[in-house]
Parts: sequence; structure tokens; C-alpha cells
Amino acid sequence: MTQILPSIIDGLLIGFVYGVAAMGLTLIWGVMRVINLGHGATMALGMFCTYLLFSDFAVNPYLGMVAVVILSLLFGVIIYGIALHRVIQSGYLSTLLATFAVNMIIIGVGTAVFTTSPQNIDFSAGSITLGPVILQGTRLLAALAAVVITGALYLFLYFTRPGKAIRAVSNNRAAAELMGIPSSYVLALAFGLGTMLAAVAGGLTSTFFPFTILSGSTYQLKSFVICVLGGLGNPLGALLGGLFLGGLEGIIPTFMPVSWVPVVEFALFVLVLVVKPTGLLGSK
Amino acid sequence: MNAWRQPGFWFSFLLIFLGGLVVLVLRQDTLRENAFTILMFIGLASSLNILMGYTGYVNFGHIVFFGLGGYFGFFLVSEMGWPVYLAALGGGVLSAIIALIIGAAVLRLRGAYFALATIGVNEAARAFVSNFEPFGGSTGLFVNFSAYDRYGGAAHALWFTFILLWLVVLAVVVVSYLVKRSRFGLGLSAIREDEDTAMVMGVNAPRDKTKAFLISAFFPGLIGTLYFFKNGNVEPDDAFRFQMSLEILVMVMLGGKGLLLGPIIGTFAYERLRGYLIISPIFKNLHLALSGGILLLIVLFVPGGAVGWLRDRLPKLRRWLE
Repeated sequence: MTQILPSIIDGLLIGFVYGVAAMGLTLIWGVMRVINLGHGATMALGMFCTYLLFSDFAVNPYLGMVAVVILSLLFGVIIYGIALHRVIQSGYLSTLLATFAVNMIIIGVGTAVFTTSPQNIDFSAGSITLGPVILQGTRLLAALAAVVITGALYLFLYFTRPGKAIRAVSNNRAAAELMGIPSSYVLALAFGLGTMLAAVAGGLTSTFFPFTILSGSTYQLKSFVICVLGGLGNPLGALLGGLFLGGLEGIIPTFMPVSWVPVVEFALFVLVLVVKPTGLLGSK
Repeated sequence: MNAWRQPGFWFSFLLIFLGGLVVLVLRQDTLRENAFTILMFIGLASSLNILMGYTGYVNFGHIVFFGLGGYFGFFLVSEMGWPVYLAALGGGVLSAIIALIIGAAVLRLRGAYFALATIGVNEAARAFVSNFEPFGGSTGLFVNFSAYDRYGGAAHALWFTFILLWLVVLAVVVVSYLVKRSRFGLGLSAIREDEDTAMVMGVNAPRDKTKAFLISAFFPGLIGTLYFFKNGNVEPDDAFRFQMSLEILVMVMLGGKGLLLGPIIGTFAYERLRGYLIISPIFKNLHLALSGGILLLIVLFVPGGAVGWLRDRLPKLRRWLE
């Protein structure tokens, strides 16, 4: 019993970061009905960006996050312009394959540049002891950063003009265009934001787990599971889904071998998709 | 029957028939290995095409049937001592049964939701087999070498497996063609274009989709058994490579989805290209990125694939490029 509490809390802290990654995926889906299969690769890029800043320029990983935010926002807008703009109207098969092609290109170039040997960021932010629970500083800070980012995203979407434009386009693209909103720019911005969330989540993950250019795919799959749990297109659902999955990952190993975790996760995933595709929080 | 007079069918059929015959006449081991890989992917891509090209449901977990069917067939060969052709049939039947069960759940989803669910199925299957002890857990199974004796030693067994695969792929082509020409196939095309309208017009969409899913799952099970029998071992990471599901998808897209010849040409082109890129000193490390670049160009500019593009340009050849 003494083990359960620390591992749940540990899982919940990681769950915040999962939630941020899933929010990126769910934002892109909600606004443009695209499932971004390049999501994991973008997360891996975020990890490597943080790592390079830390190891080559000795930049504090949390300070480096500012650079990650700017670069990944730009990167997302460029990807939208090259790979998605042309096929955004032609159905989900084209957009799935286009984003998957982006994924292959990133992984291919990344493998050639960084190889696939594991890296890690040797950064410690101390730890806090609360009774029987020891909290790792890096995880605490990552969870804090995740909360800040979620808050900022909320403020952006609800209280700024570009944010309102994004919500308008996601509600009804044709009507938004009639109101004079340049929907292509808005879609590019939304894709950039989604990419940014992925890269930031990757950067935060890199402070507590070792990683390779390929590790993005694991987190991408977790993001799918979370998005489906929380309802595709629902950012708050994504955060709660992330916490749920993180907690689950904390609990399962206390009574089952760790290798069964993915079985439970994906069984849950398929079950939710089949029984209630709008997600656990979604309306009918 | 008029259907058998179509030159488009015979072109695809003879391409594979003669290709396999040449390999059998020349009897070179390296040639056989290359031909085995290409035939295997043609079989996988063509069977995926029945669901993806004809019905319009993108399956990211096609390799699940290859893996699960292959595992089961391999289990029958190495643990139960079945002859390989019967075991392959067993693998195919198991794949079809699994498709029936999975299909009952996921075929109710449409579009991107279906695609997402198939990704989940793929991961769940891999994770399950890694933990399933009778299938050897994460280390997998190895063939009992006495299994090869039945066919006159390992060398003969490999040729025998090749011939079996060749026949299976020919069967895939015939079945693909028959499905496409039949009333059932027309129903599938109607589902692809607009499922609701198709149902209003009297297409029994749930039944037809399930049938298409069954047919599309049966052949990977057969092919999986033959492939793992040839390799002599099977392990989870080999059997459920998500990458491979995607490569098959690229092959179908490259050649042209919904066409009989599409997956054949697509597989051939992709394999040649990959073979070239892997050995070339400059592109050795970049072959994945280049494949991605090619896929992106196809999706953006030639959505019909190579064969579809030719059909558009040269109407006179349409009879031949079914």
C-alpha cells in the first residue's frame, strides 16, 4: 500500500505532460479535422531541441522552452504550408498520408543526424519530500509548466482576436470566411499551435526520461489514447485524459507486470472508440 | 464468362505468373529471396487494397493479420507438427476469424475514427503477443528443424515455400479481380463514394464491409505463416511492425488505390527504389526521408498513383490497366 500513493502521484505529474501533448493533437483535429501523424516526430524534435540547447550552450531546459516555443510554432506553420494546405479539402485519407509523409521525413533526417542511440538531459531540480512521498523537482516543474501552458492557451483562445478566429473556423469554416476571417492563415496558426504544444511536451519529457529520435511514436500513441478518452477536439478533455492515463500508468505496475500497461491502454482505447467515440467527457 | 476476357486482368495475372516462373527456371537463391519479398508485399498490398481501395476504409493495422495469422500458423508448424500448407491455411482462417471479431466493433466507425482504431488494434495486438506465454512471449518462437525434413531438407523447403507463396499471390490477384467485377464489389465502391447514400440505395453496408474486411484479412494470415516459416523464427517486433503497415499503404498509394495493377506496380517500384537507396552511399541514411518525400509528392500531386495517372493520360490503355 505504501507504494501506491507515490506511484500514483508520479504518474499524475507525468500525466500533465501527456495532457499537453494530447492537447496539441486534439486542437489540430478540432480546428481542421486532421489527425496529425507527425505529432510524435515533432515531440522528438522538441526533445532534441531542448537537449542541444542544454548540452551545447548550457541553456537551462526551462529557459530553452522559450526557444522551443518560437521555433516549433514557425515549423508548424511551414509544415502546414508545404504539406497540408493543398490537400486540406480532399478528405482524411490525403491528410493522414500527408502528415505521415512529414513524419517519415523528420524521422529519416533525424536518424541520419542524431543516430538512434539514446540521449538524456542530465539536469536535476532537486526533490521535495512530503511524508512518504518524494517528488522529483523536474517532474514538479514540468507539471507546473504544463498548467501554465494550458492557462495561456485558454486565455489565447478565448480573449484574443486570433484565438477567437481559430474557434470560429473550427465551428464553421464557411461562415467564418463570410465574416472576413482569412481561414488559411487561421488553419496555419492552429497547426502551428498544435505543433508547438507537441514540441513543448517533448521538451518537458526530455528532462526526466532518456530519449531517441524514435521515442516520439510511443508518446504519439499515448496522445491518441488520451484524445479519444477525453473526446477528440476537446482540449480540457485532453488534459484530464492525460491525468487519467498518467494515473493509470502509476497504478497498474503495482499489481501487474509493467509490460501489460500497453495492453490495458489500447484495450481501453478501442473500447472507448467503439462504445462512446465522443470520449468519456463528450456529449452524445 | 465475359469477366475472363478482360485484358486488364490477364495482364496483372501473367505479370506475376511469368515472374514467378522465371525465378523457378533460373533457380538462384538470391533471386528467390528478392522475389519472395516482392511477392509477399504484392500479396499484402493487394489484400489491403480490397479494404482501402475498393471500400475506402484506411487500415493502419493490416499487419496485425500478418502477425497474428503468421504466429498461429508458425505455432501449428513448429509446436503441433502440421505441414506448412495446412498451417498456412489455419493462419489465414484465424486471421479471418479475428477480423470478424475486430470488425464487429471497429467497422461501426467511419473515416478518421476507423483509422485511429486500427492503430490501437495494432499496438494492442503487439503488446498482447509480447505477454502471451504459449507464443514464447517477447522472445518469440523458433522452428523445430525436423519440420524442414518433411520437404527434403531446408533448401528444398525454401523452394517449396516460395512456390506456395507464388500460388497464394496469384490467388489474391484472382480474388481481387472477382471482387471488383462482382455486384458485391460494386456495393463496396458505392460505400466508398458515400456510405449513407449506398445504404439508402439498398447496399447492405455492415455486411459488405465485414465481408471485405474478412477477405482482406485472410491472405495476410497465409502469407505471414509462409514468411515466418521461411525465416525459421517469429518474434513480436518482427510480426507487428507498424512501419510495415505504413510501407504497404505507401505501396498501394504509389501504384494507385482501387486498381488491380496498382498495388503490383507500387510494390515493385517501392522495393526497387528502397533497394537502390539502401545501397547508395549518399542516400543510405536518408532512405526513410526520401520515401516520405515521394509519398508527400504523390499525395499532393498524383493522388491516383502511377497506374491511375497513366489511365488518365492514355485512355486507349485503360483496358489493359485494370
